[in-house]
Amino acid sequence: MKFGVVQFPGSNCDDDAFHAIGSIIHEPVEFIWHQSEDLKGSDAIILPGGFAFGDYLRTGAIARFSPVMKSVEKFARSGGLVLGICNGFQILLEAGLLPGAMMRNQGLRFLCRQVHVRVESTNTPFTGAARKGQVLEIPVAHMEGNYFCDAATLAEIEKNDQVIFRYVTPEGADAEKDREANPNGSLHAIAGICNRERNVLGLMPHPERAVESPLGSSDGLVLFKSLVASLGQRAAVPA
Amino acid sequence: MLDTDIKITPQVAAEHGLTADEYARIQKILGRDPSITELGIFSVMWSEHCSYKSSRVHLKKLPTKGKYVVQGPGENAGVVDIGDGMVAVFKIESHNHPSFVEPFQGAATGVGGILRDIFTMGARPIAVLDSLRFGPLTAGSGAGKATPAEIKKNRQLLDGVIRGIGFYGNCFGVPTVGGEIVFEPCYSNNPLVNALALGIAKRDELFFAKASGVGNPVIYVGAKTGRDGIHGASLLASAEFSEESQQKRPNVQVGDPFLEKLLLEACLEAMQTGAIVAIQDMGAAGLTSTSSEMASRGGAGIEIDLARVPQREAKMTPYEMMLSESQERMLLVAARGREKEVFDVFHKWGLDAVEIGKVTSDGKLRVLHHGVVAAEIPAHALAEEGPRYNRPCAAPARGATPAKAPAFPFAAAGTDLTENLRRVLSAPTIASKKWATDQYDSMVRTNTRVGPGQGDAAVLRLKESKRAIALATDGNGRWGSLSPKLGAMHSVAEAARNVACTGAMPIAATNCLNFGNPEKPEVMWQFTEAIDGLTEACAALETPITGGNVSFYNETLGNPIYPTPIIGILGLMDDAESTVASAFRAAGDAIVLLDGIGAKSADVAETIGAFSSSEYAKEIHGIVAGAPPAIDLSAEKRLIECMVKLAATKAIASAHDVSDGGIAVTLAESTFENGLGAHVKLPAVQGLSAEAAVFGERGARAVVSAPAGSLARVKEIAAQCGVSAVEIGNVAAGEFRIQYGDAVVVSGPVASFRKPWSESLQKAVELG
Repeated sequence: MKFGVVQFPGSNCDDDAFHAIGSIIHEPVEFIWHQSEDLKGSDAIILPGGFAFGDYLRTGAIARFSPVMKSVEKFARSGGLVLGICNGFQILLEAGLLPGAMMRNQGLRFLCRQVHVRVESTNTPFTGAARKGQVLEIPVAHMEGNYFCDAATLAEIEKNDQVIFRYVTPEGADAEKDREANPNGSLHAIAGICNRERNVLGLMPHPERAVESPLGSSDGLVLFKSLVASLGQRAAVPA
Repeated sequence: MLDTDIKITPQVAAEHGLTADEYARIQKILGRDPSITELGIFSVMWSEHCSYKSSRVHLKKLPTKGKYVVQGPGENAGVVDIGDGMVAVFKIESHNHPSFVEPFQGAATGVGGILRDIFTMGARPIAVLDSLRFGPLTAGSGAGKATPAEIKKNRQLLDGVIRGIGFYGNCFGVPTVGGEIVFEPCYSNNPLVNALALGIAKRDELFFAKASGVGNPVIYVGAKTGRDGIHGASLLASAEFSEESQQKRPNVQVGDPFLEKLLLEACLEAMQTGAIVAIQDMGAAGLTSTSSEMASRGGAGIEIDLARVPQREAKMTPYEMMLSESQERMLLVAARGREKEVFDVFHKWGLDAVEIGKVTSDGKLRVLHHGVVAAEIPAHALAEEGPRYNRPCAAPARGATPAKAPAFPFAAAGTDLTENLRRVLSAPTIASKKWATDQYDSMVRTNTRVGPGQGDAAVLRLKESKRAIALATDGNGRWGSLSPKLGAMHSVAEAARNVACTGAMPIAATNCLNFGNPEKPEVMWQFTEAIDGLTEACAALETPITGGNVSFYNETLGNPIYPTPIIGILGLMDDAESTVASAFRAAGDAIVLLDGIGAKSADVAETIGAFSSSEYAKEIHGIVAGAPPAIDLSAEKRLIECMVKLAATKAIASAHDVSDGGIAVTLAESTFENGLGAHVKLPAVQGLSAEAAVFGERGARAVVSAPAGSLARVKEIAAQCGVSAVEIGNVAAGEFRIQYGDAVVVSGPVASFRKPWSESLQKAVELG
């Protein structure tokens, strides 16, 4: 089992994802340079947070054209597990691997703080080890995390159980209009979604920053543990 | 634009900020009249900002050596040993004037500049702190007013500066973890933006800015050179502001944090090749300062041809290129024959890397343009032989000791101190800074154990070892205005105390000295007094100064700011698991007041005498007068040692020092994060009013909480350290109450104190 963390020139949470996988859950992990098309035999790909190409234009708009994204797309289309965190989520949206788009946060300010998200579905390789309805405390840090999509897409992703994380109150209550709980103003308080095939997940909160309780929270571990468990099962079943 | 055949006269020199004497000295050094390019080069290198001409004779007094110091002042940043073969590289710098002219870019490039100072030494930046000063945000209460126009401007400045800091640090990928924001009327037309950056490196992998090896190539890397920032150092940073200063906006540089991120990664990777001999970032005075300083430090010369410099504008003159302060650029010297290794790394990151010259043996900075000499100046003369002034100092008429405070109008018994506490908590200086710090990524790189607002100092754990680093900045301009020396000493003591409250031992300091016009004897007197105070306090607390900068000319329309030395103190913790935050953790825990001064603390006259200088007196009574509290450095040292021991033995659950707003504010702030309350009873002291007892300020005190089971240990450790420990109450659920003697003087639900404290800053800014 091996994780690959993609490095765009302006990725800045690449080391943090690497640390979470390599030093906290102790699984093999390698960096993959954005100009390479070789995924180095990774079983799961992480697109980390940061500002891939400065993102002065529109987040992820340039990154999606990187050579590595051709391979990531192929990998995803063939069922490979891809996790996009923050800027990684934005890139997945730009690449069309996930539906919808990001607008600037309501209030038009960068926001960094702990938020609460509810696990809406455990039927993904990323949340299999969580409980449905479990509330996770995980930080966000972004300027553009205000998720938006058209009404038809929204109805479809809700119907297909593709909304995996939703911003909620600390008690787990719905709070779409609550600026404290849903700080960026996301539609339906959406914090993370998966694709229809459920092998590509993007979320704005940073699970890799929530893997050691002395730093505030270890609630993000459940994503990495879920990934490890599902990769283990995949390996056990001959293709 | 300026041309090479401009006739140089004393008048042209004066327009460059050079005095007649300075110009004569230039003629003597060169043995001829300078060219316009040479005049420009001298004017920036001999500017106050770059040459420290008014401060150097005084800065020599500062203690700069100590057992942890690897590199003191004189390099790009200070370096201290943090064990396990690692070093911490840190420095604070001002970007005050650019931030007033263009707050967003001014603050952004302030952060960018200090980050380059860190990674140019081979260290990866792991934290930024910002020490900010603005004028009032509301007409509100308190001493000193601002006009409606100033208030509006102050809000815009605050908003722009906060956005600028976030813009740069967030994209670059360094957490902004702390600092302070203070509001006083004197900063209305002269905000202070001081940025501190910390990096870590392996001790044997540090890089220095000393050019060596005759014939070695001089390589330019990073962004292209444009016309931005020309004369930033000499005209913006080295002169007072007038009403026309807004026209200096083109002198402010424009920041590109993404490019700086590329530069960081490329530099650190290129350093690993072993092909780099010396490297320095282009900050103030750009290509001029890097080339002349690297040559001077290495006792060598440097020859460059400007035609080879990557340019983003057409037809730039040598004058413009030498004086440009375009951001995100570096100059380095590589080993001859290994240039390609360096080029390959920079090209991998998509950056320009061009050989523009070579190291020479003649000690000169020689600047060619298409092969024609545009400037030829002894490098040492530029970097080290600038003018030095021992400018006249004169104490203000009232003398070195401020006048006795007027009889202080202590509130009548029965005055609502509960309401006064709410007012003090909602004063922007005391209030929660969450509105600002939420705009900073404070967690990237996953080392932040204590982030903004969570403790008295920021704490970063080190992934490379068990240790942690704590950092705090402090500065009390109001006290400085009443006594520059005491103000400076308290700033050191408070920063050190803040670091110690998290459990780290303070080991080194960096300073940013913000003052008015040094040509005014009274300002110069403030400066020398402050230096004396810093010297005494840093020596006593064993926190040598490892670097920093001086920012003079902080005046607009002739009104100087308060003398505001900002001190950054770095502390080292042997085990990150000892980290202590400031919030109470559990109802029932005992609350203990620790006091390094101890028995003498009942000195009623002293407490009353200093009360008129307190934050409370300013906010509630509209008074700023008298002298700051006296300081007892050995008491501070005892308290520091006590705090570190308490943390190391895990005897305490929380710690928060007593500073602005006195014990009442310290206690209230400790309740907010976890929504707990407190029931406190302070012993009544004969002759001391409740008001002075709960809001009075002085050094060497901290409030800690501890589970009942470790209370005895807390007292035992305090006794060992010579610190008095008085149990004053318990952490409670929901209610906040302070009793003084038998009378309840402050009481209410915690939420009723938390609300004004948490909402005030955002409300003030959003008034527009």
